[in-house]
Amino acid sequence: MDLFFNLAINGLATGMLIFLLASGLTLIFGLMDVLNFAHGGLFAWGAFSGVWVYDLTGSFTIGVLGAIVTGLLLGVLTEWLIIKPVYGNHVQQILITLGFMLVLSEMLKVVFGPNPIAAEPPAGLEGSFQLGDVILIKYRLFIILIGALVYAITFFILKKTRVGLIVRAGVMDKEMVQSLGINIRFVFMLVFMAGSALAALGGILLAPYSGVIYAEMGMEFAILAFIVVVIGGMGSFTGSLFAAILVGLAQAFMAYYVPSLSLAVNMLLMAAVLIFRPQGLFSLKGGA
Amino acid sequence: MMTTLLKLEGIETYIDQFHILHDVGFEVPKGEVTVLLGRNGAGKTTTLRTIMGLNPATQGSVTFNGKDITKLPPYKVAKEGIGYVPEDQGIFGDLTVGENMRVAMQKEDDSTHERMEWVLNLFPDLKTFWNKPGGQLSGGQKQMLAIARAYMNESELLLIDEPSKGLAPIVVEKVMESIQEMKEKTTIVLVEQNFLMASRIGDRFYILDDGQTVHQGQMNELEKDESLKKKYLGIA
Repeated sequence: MDLFFNLAINGLATGMLIFLLASGLTLIFGLMDVLNFAHGGLFAWGAFSGVWVYDLTGSFTIGVLGAIVTGLLLGVLTEWLIIKPVYGNHVQQILITLGFMLVLSEMLKVVFGPNPIAAEPPAGLEGSFQLGDVILIKYRLFIILIGALVYAITFFILKKTRVGLIVRAGVMDKEMVQSLGINIRFVFMLVFMAGSALAALGGILLAPYSGVIYAEMGMEFAILAFIVVVIGGMGSFTGSLFAAILVGLAQAFMAYYVPSLSLAVNMLLMAAVLIFRPQGLFSLKGGA
Repeated sequence: MMTTLLKLEGIETYIDQFHILHDVGFEVPKGEVTVLLGRNGAGKTTTLRTIMGLNPATQGSVTFNGKDITKLPPYKVAKEGIGYVPEDQGIFGDLTVGENMRVAMQKEDDSTHERMEWVLNLFPDLKTFWNKPGGQLSGGQKQMLAIARAYMNESELLLIDEPSKGLAPIVVEKVMESIQEMKEKTTIVLVEQNFLMASRIGDRFYILDDGQTVHQGQMNELEKDESLKKKYLGIA
């Protein structure tokens, strides 16, 4: 039983990290109809800039804030310079964002050096609790907590505020939202910034979890995030949470019981969803 | 004296490579219902979309309340006081009726609450189904919601595209009665294929044919002109 709990906690923590990346991606796709392959680059930049600030200040909290600010700034720049000229053209979006993803990865090597960088949890989050036979690693619980908190806050914003209402309406019908007097481009920008900040937050949280960060990590996680968006339903925020947890758990259990299938399991899950429910598990197109 | 609220002059509109509107021009007097008539594909919907800035004109001008709005983006056109009810109603299906209405509310003050009260009295079904998702309403209720929502957006002019389309005759009757009541509050440009309905609530008409305005006049004149009706509207 303790093994089951440990694997479940591990899977949940991984799922929450993927969720942070995928939630922004699903909103950006749902609202803006933009396929942003550079999203993983923002995740990696969040990790590197956050760890750098963490090393510099000795405070993990300031490191997290540093990552979020990096995400916001890169989000504005990406939307303005890269995405804006290719709105409405998926082929151009794929090409330019994939290209920008490579630029972001290479720029990480230029700024932080080509070697992987080690990262450790802050002192308060090191170690574990023992609950009977079950060992609960503090940092993993922390990631699950932050993921749940981000979900709750974002869900509240989407469901209970006017901005959230506009975002949900925009996911369904952008043209109509504009016709009701709302500057959808400004909303696009806000969502893009928020999505980028969530990706960067995921990046800095991953650093102490995996113990090492490297420039190519963005692409690896971006693929996982796209799988999650497809499984959860494009544009569905809740869908991305469930799908991310599903992917995280499947990966954790498969890695233990059938290691040879641990990488393929995500693709198999996505293929099954595409065959039996192509609109995703949560097909509602309301962004929440 | 008649005050012109909306004026289109020499409008040319393209959608992709297709030249849809050729030199469209008309005037909408304040407080009246102006009906755009014409066969399918005549350019009626594109005219409304051009006014809203959704398919911007490449030439010509759209003047609203004396201000040139030709090049404004749709959200600024709406803020000028033009409400739009598209052919497909544009209901946000996963949002409740109340949320659909709230999206359109630019502010929450006394005048907004007065508007809300008035429009909910006009469409009591909306009050009944306030917490129901818009996507689950009947066709007629969706149409009512679309009109009410456009009115909530502080609109001085409503552009309504084929409100009777796909509705049962009894529901069409109800929707048209509501539009007639809305005449008291706002100016209306109505695109309508149902000539009987259009003639009941319209004050003046413009006929569009192949992307051009080919005839105009008072609605009661058109009712008597059988040859015009036959030629452009296919009504024998």
